[in-house]
Amino acid sequence: MLALAVEIPYWGQSLLRVVGGIAAVLLPAGTIVYLFLFKMMSFMQSRLGPMEAGPYGSMQLIAEVGKWLQKEDIAPEKADVHIFRMAPIIVLVSTFLLVAVVPFGPQAYFTNFEVGIFYALAVGSISVIGILIAGWASANKYSLLGGLRAAGQLIAYELPMVLAVVGVVIQAGTMNMQGIVVAQNTGEIFGWGGLGFPFIITQFVGFMIFMIAVQAELTQAPFDMPIAESELVSGYMTEYSGFRFLMFFIGEFATAGVFAFIASVLFLGGWGVPFAWFGWETLADVPGWMNVAGPVIMLTKMLLLTFLIMWVRFSYPRFREDQLQTFAWKFLIPLALANIVVTAIIKVAV
Amino acid sequence: MSLFLRDYLTVVWFGLAALVLAGLLLGVAAAVRPSRPTPQKVMAYESGVDPVGTGWSQSQVRYYVFALLFVIFDVEAIFIFPWAANVERYGTFGLIVMIAFIVLLLDGLVYAWKRGLLRWV
Repeated sequence: MLALAVEIPYWGQSLLRVVGGIAAVLLPAGTIVYLFLFKMMSFMQSRLGPMEAGPYGSMQLIAEVGKWLQKEDIAPEKADVHIFRMAPIIVLVSTFLLVAVVPFGPQAYFTNFEVGIFYALAVGSISVIGILIAGWASANKYSLLGGLRAAGQLIAYELPMVLAVVGVVIQAGTMNMQGIVVAQNTGEIFGWGGLGFPFIITQFVGFMIFMIAVQAELTQAPFDMPIAESELVSGYMTEYSGFRFLMFFIGEFATAGVFAFIASVLFLGGWGVPFAWFGWETLADVPGWMNVAGPVIMLTKMLLLTFLIMWVRFSYPRFREDQLQTFAWKFLIPLALANIVVTAIIKVAV
Repeated sequence: MSLFLRDYLTVVWFGLAALVLAGLLLGVAAAVRPSRPTPQKVMAYESGVDPVGTGWSQSQVRYYVFALLFVIFDVEAIFIFPWAANVERYGTFGLIVMIAFIVLLLDGLVYAWKRGLLRWV
């Protein structure tokens, strides 16, 4: 994993990777929940939020986990119990599979797939299965409706997301996540390399489509029809209590963090700094200290992007179901296809 | 073992790590939480009103058209990605062919649109 002088045996490497992966899932989730869900939302609503547990309520998360651990785990008598119990675990597993592809430094990556971003888009949709079977297995009308709505929404916004990424792949000329990072940081704007060439400049349309799709995939407001609390009482999560509910909750915010990681790799230059600053030419020139600086840079960009997601979430009212589908099919998908064609024409012409 | 396979093995480890973590936390929860089910507790929750009929009630599924369209475009994406990574290599010929492909599939969306299938009624 890290470029150390000593050779680490394979099991050691794997253990390091798994520990790093657990940190990369839980750390962003905790940060997002405390910083944005507890504090930012409170300030936007002119209240203080949690203040009692620790300084400024910073220990609130630990208190919450302690509370959820002690809650009774109730399954409705008519539910399909095994599938009911399995569903939150599937959602959590999909988050872990997703984070495996995010690079955090020149050597600090978990996996280095040649088809990295394609893999991420593929495993990202596994959580749909978890949500759908959670809605079905609960044997509850609200849950069933919520699960169906979630499935309809997630497949509708899966497409704009996939198609928005194609623009980046065309520009980078590779699907490898490291390759995309290097392509942006070795790039030049009209011969000037001081900023590298983050793809957000030319792929701004793609970036906007990607972030809207992420918002919808995470079922955050204004795309929260599936978990609309005022009509469906949390939709597919209605019957969940105790720790299984918390696993849905962790999965949701951990996935928000991972998607923000992926967006920052695709559009904001990922872990890298512009290579021109230090006179690096290729990935091999990047020194080992970037393995430490890289995660910090990634975390900063992740917080920036999740701030955007949460800002929108706390500001806008909910879409109606027909508006939501119309927006995806009649606006985002044609726009994403046009973006692909224009990007490809410019790439071939220039 | 090749580096290629090792990368995919790492994915397996990540999946197992998630399962172990979930199992561990649920195990701790099982050790400390109470379990006193009563008939009221295990009844399906429908805003405090006793549930009527079965939970698996039938409702009109409006999503099947969207599901079919999804399959079309998802398969399209599979074909677009390998080209997208090699746009320069295939040059103008590849570009024209790919635009024709995208327009053909867009045609399907336009057809569904004209037939009123994208309307939510």
